[in-house]
Amino acid sequence: MDLKLLVFWVFSLVLIGAAVGVITTRNPVQAALFLVLAFFNSAIIWMLMEAEFLAITLVLVYVGAVMVLFLFVVMMLDINLLPMREGYSKHLPWGAAIVVAVVVQIVLLMRVKWAGSGIEQPAPKPADYSNTEELGLAIYTDYLFQFEVAAVILLVAIIAAIALTMRRRPDTKYQRPHEQVKVQKADRLRVVSMNSEDNQDLTGKVAKAPAADAAAGNSGVSNQGAKS
Amino acid sequence: MGFFEGLLFLIVTVLKVLLIIVPLLLTVAYLTYAERKVIGAIQVRKGPNRVGFAGLLQPIADVLKLLTKEVLVPTNSHRFLFLIAPILSLAPAFAAWAVIPFSDTAVLADVNAGLLYVLALTSLGVYGVIVAGWASNSKYAFLGAMRSAAQIVAYEIAMGFALVGVLMVSGSLNLGDIVRAQEGSIFHWFWLPLFPLFIVYFISGVAETNRAPFDVAEGESEIVAGFHVDYSGMAFALFFLAEYANMIMIAALAVIMFLGGWLSPVPFLPDGMFWFFAKTAFMLFFFLWFRATFPRYRYDQIMRLGWKVFIPITIVWLSVEAVAILLDIGPWFDIRKT
Repeated sequence: MDLKLLVFWVFSLVLIGAAVGVITTRNPVQAALFLVLAFFNSAIIWMLMEAEFLAITLVLVYVGAVMVLFLFVVMMLDINLLPMREGYSKHLPWGAAIVVAVVVQIVLLMRVKWAGSGIEQPAPKPADYSNTEELGLAIYTDYLFQFEVAAVILLVAIIAAIALTMRRRPDTKYQRPHEQVKVQKADRLRVVSMNSEDNQDLTGKVAKAPAADAAAGNSGVSNQGAKS
Repeated sequence: MGFFEGLLFLIVTVLKVLLIIVPLLLTVAYLTYAERKVIGAIQVRKGPNRVGFAGLLQPIADVLKLLTKEVLVPTNSHRFLFLIAPILSLAPAFAAWAVIPFSDTAVLADVNAGLLYVLALTSLGVYGVIVAGWASNSKYAFLGAMRSAAQIVAYEIAMGFALVGVLMVSGSLNLGDIVRAQEGSIFHWFWLPLFPLFIVYFISGVAETNRAPFDVAEGESEIVAGFHVDYSGMAFALFFLAEYANMIMIAALAVIMFLGGWLSPVPFLPDGMFWFFAKTAFMLFFFLWFRATFPRYRYDQIMRLGWKVFIPITIVWLSVEAVAILLDIGPWFDIRKT
């Protein structure tokens, strides 16, 4: 068997297993970790298709950042076990309909011809072929307008998310580091001059106390000195 | 490729991997020794000096001690995740070394998107920390994991932006080509034109590896030992290994991207692997120096530094760079002529 094919089968089976795990496991943290595994395996399948830029970006963005935040939230939730199969039969018809629709769309999109004829395998690219460069050229020349529109939509979403969640309450205390670093000694410290006679008196008595008392520790010494 | 050729290729590759991993493990062992010696010297102490000549066998003794200790698994922990977490943190730390070019020819995998690969793998290391913190089922470990996750996500952005600056002047994602773009002398290396990015990158690297002064994920004074509080023996040693391997990784990447990799600083000396190791050791010294010098950051200040200071600095410098490239300012920014 071809090594590439073997790798493909191994990783796609793990991918399907992980995807099933996401929806069947009752522990939300486990489900999130299964999703990480699924992303990772699909990245490897993309890598087999010589789409290394997309594969690494999938790991970098989804596994390295998005899923970390996901886990962050899921771990904070105090749900250890979700109730099993709640509303399973109720949602089954809808779910099945959506799955069928998605599968039909994918099949139509890829123009899969049954019995394996039809699509021929593209020739492997030479080693110095950089699909990062190709993608960059496509995005920033031919599809610049669409790309910018997508970027603006994302920016709007970011601003909307911030605007929706940011609430300034009057009693919240904020730090102002630019003012903190400018603080002067005079702002925080007040030097008071006091009469130091009492102190001198006390130390004088301590000095006269016997050596055995002096060895008993500072606080004991001053107490005894005050009493005598 | 026939079966035996394939087998031969596999054996040769495994040997090459060992050729990287074994020296890396030795470096980690002696980095701990160097750390204790350097911090000892800074604090006017002797550091380890009992095992072997001048304490040189101390790392070996430490390894033997950790190997013979029992690996405890807490009763209420998630057993599988608890045991796999150290591996999750160690594997990416080692795998990232595959694309590091030690010299012009000595590189295990000369990948086109090498820089992206390294970034992706270093961002995976956080899973070991998060999973360990959650699987331990302990509040201290969990707090450590949360802190670490938030910190790594914040500093990864600054780090990524700093690396975008390197991409802009080198015009390549291949680590070897990035070094080759710095050919010349010490003044052609990218640390000079990209000085703010260099600083941001290195400090973010210190924060990403959870080293002092950003080690709130461990924070002994507040949360005992953070995410690895429940680990003992070899399981703990793997976290330790991963942390030090990541430190060496960050230092090596800084050398490749800003300090000219294997290139010699002056034209009359030959280039070679020696320069790469010497520069990496130089950068590693800063890690130890930081640890001995700075008190730990407060958590909200770490977040502020990452989001409100470093990210704006990188964005400003990227704009400056873009203008410089547009105006073909030599010798660093005139890359458009090729």
